[in-house]
Amino acid sequence: MIEVNNLHKSFGKTHVLKGITTSFEKGKTNLIIGQSGSGKTVFIKCLLGLLNPEEGTISYEGKIYSKLSGDERRDLRQEMGMVFQGSALFDSLTVEGNVMFPLEMFTKQSYAEMKERVDFVLNRVNLVDAHDRYPAEISGGMQKRVAIARAIVMNPKYLFCDEPNSGLDPKTAILIDNLIQEITQEYQITTVINTHDMNSVMEIGEKIVFLKNGKKEWEGSNKEIFKTDNKAVTNFVYSSELFKKVRQMYIEERN
Amino acid sequence: MRSLILKEIDELIFNSLGIIIFIAIFIGGVVAIQTALNLTNPLIPKNLIGFATRQSVILEFAPTFTSIIMAGKVGSYITSSIGTMRVTEQIDALEVMGVNALNYLVFPKIIAMLFYPFAVAIAMYVGVFGGYLANIAGGYSSSGDFIEGLQMDFIPYHITYSFIKTAVFAFIIATIPSFHGFYMTGGALDVGKASTTAFVWTSVVIIISNFILTQLLLG
Ligand SMILES: Nc1ncnc2c1ncn2[C@@H]1O[C@H](COP(=O)(O)OP(=O)(O)OP(=O)(O)O)[C@@H](O)[C@H]1O
Ligand SMILES: [Mg+2]
Repeated sequence: MIEVNNLHKSFGKTHVLKGITTSFEKGKTNLIIGQSGSGKTVFIKCLLGLLNPEEGTISYEGKIYSKLSGDERRDLRQEMGMVFQGSALFDSLTVEGNVMFPLEMFTKQSYAEMKERVDFVLNRVNLVDAHDRYPAEISGGMQKRVAIARAIVMNPKYLFCDEPNSGLDPKTAILIDNLIQEITQEYQITTVINTHDMNSVMEIGEKIVFLKNGKKEWEGSNKEIFKTDNKAVTNFVYSSELFKKVRQMYIEERN
Repeated sequence: MRSLILKEIDELIFNSLGIIIFIAIFIGGVVAIQTALNLTNPLIPKNLIGFATRQSVILEFAPTFTSIIMAGKVGSYITSSIGTMRVTEQIDALEVMGVNALNYLVFPKIIAMLFYPFAVAIAMYVGVFGGYLANIAGGYSSSGDFIEGLQMDFIPYHITYSFIKTAVFAFIIATIPSFHGFYMTGGALDVGKASTTAFVWTSVVIIISNFILTQLLLG
């Protein structure tokens, strides 16, 4: 369980997050949605402790992050996995090296044990024949999957994904969404995902937080989001022609 | 960590030996020729060519000139490799995992640069040798005169002075570009800009510390 209370973050004069309060439960896929520039990445980076908010608190299982000691923070971070918007794989390491990296840094496992774990997670993300290739040599979708594998290799309690399926074809995107949801349920992870993909919202939006101009405009589940009357939400959700048509049909059907 | 350090030694030191040797041999040659051409007075002994070559190469050209070149070559490599990691969020990824990224990225480079004085020692040797070759090829003085000059009034402390400088330069070359890469912001274009700025600052700091150290150690 992650609880966020009245979070504020500015860069100089630009006030990006303006008092966000919400919470994310264990074993659920929590989605942050909102337009480009609405502050999703900044929000997730605050959760991770990569950015320091000026005001407000973030607590993990009731422990306030900003009050943790250096050692406690390091321990907490080892329970976090993050998939960055641009994958952020280490260029100088192979796919296998990338996924093995956290194990090498933080466990005392033998090479054979690490290798077994790496094979397992790479299998889990459906990547079986890319072990020895470098990030530059694989496709964007494969990079995303490697990033997910790296994020889950340490069995994290918290998983953060910044637009895990942006730039992917719809089929691969759904594959990745489902994968994240499966892992979340299987290992009871607290998962937070940034997205502006409506497919993801429909597929895996167990809890959705809608950000607009750095404020929480709405929150609820994917069942509720298509029924809400909140103007900002419907504008966002039905911004695509396809969804407008779907809504049209839905309304006509009802009458 | 050990493999990281070995990789950096390979990248920073071994991969630079070629250019270091190339530059040293020609600079040594040029110093010898210029000294020879300026010795028009027949009263000045010919062994001065060897003497001047040794002094200039050991005191200045091998440590300082090589370091400026290294500030460009090694420095831009360091800034761009760390800077690229910054803009592609690889550094954030390290931090999120709980790795002390600054330590992880910079420490191996500082350790690798501890081997830099060996590269400068090679530059000294090769530079003097280049002077010898140029001297013989141009027929300015006899081989005997040159070697006599090399051995004349040798002050071992000059070597100490040179290596103290080199060690300081090594530290500067490892740290200033790392700093510029690590704390940069922006995108790919800014990586290039950061490399340039890092080179300017690294050279400026080398030149100034060269002046200060010379004053302190020889003055
Ligand atoms: N380091 C920074 N310095 C200054 N401003 C920043 C910084 N990072 C983000 N911002 C600003 O914060 C705002 C929100 O950015 P953010 O990256 O969180 O958007 P986002 O919702 O993730 O968008 P996208 O969907 O395009 O990824 C933007 O206006 C951006 O200009
Ligand atoms: Mg973003």
